[in-house]
Amino acid sequence: MSQAIDIVQKQAPNTLRSIFISCDPARDTPEVLRSYLAEFHPSLIGLTGTWQETKDVCKQYRVYFSTPPELKPGEEDYPFVRVSGDGVHEIAVGPVHAGTIEPGHFRFQVVGEKVLRLEERLSFAHKGIEKRFETLSIADGSRLAARISGDSAVAYGWAYAQAVEAIAGLELSQRATWLRALCLERERVANHLGDLGYLGNDGGFAFGLSQFSRLKEDVLRLNRRVFGHRLLMDVIVPGGVTHDIAPESTAEMRTQCASLDREIRLLRDIYDDHAGLQDRFRNCGRVTNELATKLGLCGFAARASGVADDLRCNFPLAPYDALAVRRAGNRDGDVAARVAVRFDETLESLRLIDVILDALPQGDIITALPRFREFKPALGCVEGWRGPVWLALESGPTDAIRRCHPHDPSWQNWPVIEHAVIGNIVPDFPLINKSFNLSYSGHDL
Amino acid sequence: MLHILRQIAKCGIKTEPPPAPADEMVIVARLQKTILRVLGRALTIRQIDAGSCNGCELEIHALANPYYNIEGLGIRFVASPRHADLLLVTGPVSKHMAIALKRTYDATPDPKLVVAVGDCGCSGGIFGESYASCGRVSNVIPVDVAVPGCPPAPVAILQGILTAIAPGP
Repeated sequence: MSQAIDIVQKQAPNTLRSIFISCDPARDTPEVLRSYLAEFHPSLIGLTGTWQETKDVCKQYRVYFSTPPELKPGEEDYPFVRVSGDGVHEIAVGPVHAGTIEPGHFRFQVVGEKVLRLEERLSFAHKGIEKRFETLSIADGSRLAARISGDSAVAYGWAYAQAVEAIAGLELSQRATWLRALCLERERVANHLGDLGYLGNDGGFAFGLSQFSRLKEDVLRLNRRVFGHRLLMDVIVPGGVTHDIAPESTAEMRTQCASLDREIRLLRDIYDDHAGLQDRFRNCGRVTNELATKLGLCGFAARASGVADDLRCNFPLAPYDALAVRRAGNRDGDVAARVAVRFDETLESLRLIDVILDALPQGDIITALPRFREFKPALGCVEGWRGPVWLALESGPTDAIRRCHPHDPSWQNWPVIEHAVIGNIVPDFPLINKSFNLSYSGHDL
Repeated sequence: MLHILRQIAKCGIKTEPPPAPADEMVIVARLQKTILRVLGRALTIRQIDAGSCNGCELEIHALANPYYNIEGLGIRFVASPRHADLLLVTGPVSKHMAIALKRTYDATPDPKLVVAVGDCGCSGGIFGESYASCGRVSNVIPVDVAVPGCPPAPVAILQGILTAIAPGP
């Protein structure tokens, strides 16, 4: 929009005046409008009025808005779809949840314990990430990219770096790309381990949580020793990576892979043999292949519903072209299938880490970035632990970010949960939700 | 069953000793010694994610693992602010969460403590203040202890919690 205004102003000065009319008169005071519009273009004029005045203007322009006349901030009525009938009632959950999780609101319509309908109301974690990018330099942007969704710091860091390097036409050293893959697979292992523990816990099997959370902690502690950060934030930067690995770290990672492989297989047997746990997992939160395809489910959750998509296999960028990733898959689409795929992918990642450590090429770990002087767009895409992470970046003059849009796999997957819970009982919701473990921050931006 | 018992026996006890409280984390000491003595070694915490990237939450989760064993110290995470002595808040506080955070604070019975976790909770961090972000937690509710770090390691968070409940001078 601001581009369009600039073009018109340049070609035909003072012929166009842009006006913004608020449809939310209770909240949009002139001060609020001024600071909001300043984010877009300095010449925009913001108008607000009483509810009736706004309604009249909207009517003349044939614009519809649903804001009710009497409205205090925080007390708005959100138009959830309501289900009525004998014995139907509503359960409202969030945005402050009972557990230690991100903010979001869930509205269940239930009869007895059975869920008839679920509606998700997100955006509570919206903190203006895209606009924030536009105030940062290309180099500083990678710090923000790593914090779009804290559990996918490597995936976002890499996708951002890919986009920057594409704009710069930068050829990366092989060692740097291989080290990035090492970090990405360690991030995948850590997240799956954490969730496998919570899935056991949500199924009433606390033993699983203490075992898997112990293993995850071992992974994070080694991350800290080798790469200087437990969640591997800021290890990937445009141009390469910040940490090289010493021979003793290689040995330590190898030992850890071997012991994790052994312990995970043992715990998997325990999970598989546990009748109570399997009773909770099987047939719970089922997403059929048809539904997954129709709604564009992606990532490991899609692979658990028979969708054979994994960027590491379908579109293998270096070093994955040399790694021959074995794609996990399952057709059942229930919590048990997602648990099985998570086990498979964790074990595959451990194998990949071993392969990477064996074949790690020599070379520099970082290449200097050139100056960015022109408007140029580029894309980055990485198969993170949750699914494909995309990032669109446009550079501006003087090393600035003109526009950056990160796209989390959760964006496609959140609506699928609304379908996955239908017909299940309310107490199974935490289990179903955790089996996907979607990002709120990555969705809300 | 035998597998499970064998695994438990093999793992042994992994719990490490807790860290000492840190003076530099204290922002305001609002509570009296006597109240702290009443809280004693049974502290209940309500965690609120007021808009974080989820990094801090991962490290708060880690507190429950066998290494840190926070429940072994008598500290429990509870499901309602009405049951809580302390609010553990991560930020930045998004504009969309400001009201929910204030209401949660109001719903917590007095005397209460607030620990802000992470660089964003302490200062707004990389997200700062904007059209969508209120920045630091103390811009919205009073904060007693702030734990910096991005995210702070579990030991630092635990130290922050212990600092908040440690008897003042």
